[in-house]
Amino acid sequence: MKKLLLLMVFTLATVVTYAGGYRVSLQGQRALAMGHTGVAVVNSAELGFFNPAGLVYLENRLNVSAGVSGVFSDVIYQNDEFGNSYRTDNPVGTPLYLYASYKVNDWLALGLSVYTPYGSAVKWEDDWSGSHLVNNIDLAAIYVQPLVSVKLSKYLSVGGGPIFVTGSVNFNRNLNRTLSDIDGNRSNVTVDASGVTNWGWSASALFSPTEDLRVGFNYRSEIILDAEGGEADFQNIPNSPLTPFADTKFNASLPMPAELTVGLSYRFLDKWLFAFDYNQTFWSVYESLDLDFADPNIPDSTNPRNYKDSSIYRFGLQYEATSRFTLRAGYYFDESPVQEGYFAPETPRNDSNNFTGGLSFNITDNLAIDAAFLYSRFEEVDASYDYYQENGQAVPFEGTYKSSAFVPGLGLTYKL
Amino acid sequence: MKNYLKLLPLLALGIVSCEPELDTPIDESGFYTNGEADFSNYVALGNSLTAGYADGALYITGQVNSYPNIMAQQFAKVQETQMFNQPLMADNAGGLLAGGTQITDNRRVLAVGTNGSPAPMIYTGMQPTTDITNVLSGPFGNMGVPGAKSFHLVTPNYGDISGVAAGSANPYFVRFASSPGTTVLADAVAQNPTFFSLFIGNNDVLSYATSGGVGVDQTGNMNPASYGPNDITDPQVFAGAYSQMVTALVGTGADGALVNLPDVTSIPFFTTVPNNALVLDAPTAASLTGFFQAVAGIFAQGAIQQGASPEQAQALAAQYAITFNAGPNRFLIDVPVSPTNPLGFRQMTEQELLVLTINQTNLAQGYGSVVLTPEVMQVIGLLQAGQSITPEQGQLVLGAVSGIDDKDALDTQELTAISTAQASYNATIKALATANGLAFVDAQAVLKQVATGGVVFDGGTLTSQFVTGGAFSLDGVHPTPRGYALLANALIESINQTYNATVPKVNIGTYGTVTLNNEVQ
Repeated sequence: MKKLLLLMVFTLATVVTYAGGYRVSLQGQRALAMGHTGVAVVNSAELGFFNPAGLVYLENRLNVSAGVSGVFSDVIYQNDEFGNSYRTDNPVGTPLYLYASYKVNDWLALGLSVYTPYGSAVKWEDDWSGSHLVNNIDLAAIYVQPLVSVKLSKYLSVGGGPIFVTGSVNFNRNLNRTLSDIDGNRSNVTVDASGVTNWGWSASALFSPTEDLRVGFNYRSEIILDAEGGEADFQNIPNSPLTPFADTKFNASLPMPAELTVGLSYRFLDKWLFAFDYNQTFWSVYESLDLDFADPNIPDSTNPRNYKDSSIYRFGLQYEATSRFTLRAGYYFDESPVQEGYFAPETPRNDSNNFTGGLSFNITDNLAIDAAFLYSRFEEVDASYDYYQENGQAVPFEGTYKSSAFVPGLGLTYKL
Repeated sequence: MKNYLKLLPLLALGIVSCEPELDTPIDESGFYTNGEADFSNYVALGNSLTAGYADGALYITGQVNSYPNIMAQQFAKVQETQMFNQPLMADNAGGLLAGGTQITDNRRVLAVGTNGSPAPMIYTGMQPTTDITNVLSGPFGNMGVPGAKSFHLVTPNYGDISGVAAGSANPYFVRFASSPGTTVLADAVAQNPTFFSLFIGNNDVLSYATSGGVGVDQTGNMNPASYGPNDITDPQVFAGAYSQMVTALVGTGADGALVNLPDVTSIPFFTTVPNNALVLDAPTAASLTGFFQAVAGIFAQGAIQQGASPEQAQALAAQYAITFNAGPNRFLIDVPVSPTNPLGFRQMTEQELLVLTINQTNLAQGYGSVVLTPEVMQVIGLLQAGQSITPEQGQLVLGAVSGIDDKDALDTQELTAISTAQASYNATIKALATANGLAFVDAQAVLKQVATGGVVFDGGTLTSQFVTGGAFSLDGVHPTPRGYALLANALIESINQTYNATVPKVNIGTYGTVTLNNEVQ
């Protein structure tokens, strides 16, 4: 157990995408096993993410949930016209979560949540065919949120709290498709910014008309991470006044879009629970990734993204097999926010079908191990990014992509 | 807990089986086909164009972007192939050393001069380190030898270092010849290639052309050993050497592709400096016209004094009364003195060409027209005032005419000699391709398209405009990597057609053009 905890601590900073855009839906093993539903499931401190209004309904005074996932995600690209074929070598991502809640009295609970809902780590081979768009990217955002949960009546509770975000980004790409130094090394730039912070909030409600039926609502606000004064490191630039790319500072904004969730859960046949969540992620805020370089000699970089709002439909099922074992399974359909012609290989995601499963094992009355896995299945897709330009002329980057992700995860649930 | 650990291998299996796989992955065999050809052991024969020479030198990144290397990488996507080895230079500076002494220039780079405008200059950012005494051990798939003419590939001792100084051997072949006495063809055949390409013959006319035609048209001379470096090869000598090579290569059982020779007028070396770059304002044009009227008058007077009839004298003199207009005017070139052109100069015709290396400073100071000194102007003033001049003053005026030297221009005769030989070579190449069922690559047509209108690609249009067009490197003769990629595509297309193969082409937009660098002196 100690080793597991150590692993969780040491891997705090790495996060990997596997969902639409750079949203990472791995905010609780119990929820994940049920298709990452949870806005209307009162089960554990995972409510600290899914619906803080539900925390006040937890039976125990102190509830803690923590966990980590291992994200094995890869993308394959090919262009059969030119015979180019590449596969990402993404690092294994280890997003984690920690939720705690404390019931002050019958109508009030307080909580603290730490989670990583956005992030991306994609690593293509350096100088691959799409290297003018991205060689590699590592994007991470950690959300820290104090929570309050208030029971307004037997049927209704509300919750929420302010969110503090600290994020970092490291992004490398070649300056264009051909520029290189005297020895043929491709000219590239790494932009790096860390400790980028901002504030947001979330608010939620839980309505429990009967003992078996609950209806939940959760809204998490948009948070724009404004990286100011990040480092732009130019490498392999030709020694020429015609290419005045000296290391400089940059400003850029990256949105963590707002997310609205509504859903329900229904308990039936005593030991069964069905859950449905609908997510709307307001990706349309992500219009363009613009790098504003401080050095006036260096042209600013404009990269249209034009994401659209996207939906996710989640279904989950839980079965309390024995007093020690609870089994879970789920499915969700994740709609990509990427529109046709905007398929950039830094977040190469199309629609996906996702299958989940898992179980909880109660070691003692107070402590349970939660295990979950996720398999994301993407259709093969012919796609292009049409907004890269050379000398004012659009040069589409086209090919066939296929992604997959396999995510096993472990967590602990403690209650006292 | 231990019981669950047993599940870990299962978990690992799940991870492995979840790697993404495409429905029709191109990196698995069967997606592309080699058709009736076998690309497993490809050998490329040729000259500098095959070696990947560019910017006036051979250097590593140029070799990496040679058309044979580009093709070999594409072949490897189609079938299992042997590693395609090239006799790589030691650096990207490009100059050759012989026993520590530099014998060829470094590459050119595009540098911004003190006047703020970019121009090709010799790269001096590092000392060259490729010494020809360091002989590489092959075999090499890329047998391109910069400077080689057709017959050189079948000439023994072409890689013998003792012949380099005298010009009977080639320093580039010295670097990778299997023995001093061998021939390029013998080393190629010894590799038992399954596929070959042959692109040779450019230098059989090109060195004559780039030298401004100072060499000799050796048509009729069947002994290439007696040729000078800038001579035109006799077409029968060419045909003999070429068919010897094709026969030997086909004799190994190999399939292959033969590449014909582009026109010299396709390359920026001859199209960059226009022959009408003498741009004048109206007063200067009038004064030049007046000057040449004076020249004609002085000539007529001299001819009459030497016994010619006034009619004869006027008829001969008329050719020197050249009229200049405001705007662009064609330059004058020197021609051999003859009874019909006793002063030995005339204005260029529309088709005649100037070389890229012509001295621009001299052109600006009257080279190609008249070098007007104050003394000359004084004499002109006397003539315009109706005064008589001395014979010495007349000679001063005639001597001010500064026609362009033979080495800096290709005149009509020289152009005809070049195109006649080239047409004959190309007929031989085409006939041998047909006779042997080999792929025929019309590089002449490809480069003509680049030169007239250009080739559209996903990032623009590739043209033969010097420096900016993208197709030609800074020596004005050899392609850039993007130009070589276009050539590779032309070979691939022809090979696919001939052998029913589906070798994928490359995207020329992903290949670079000229190299920027300011480490120059």
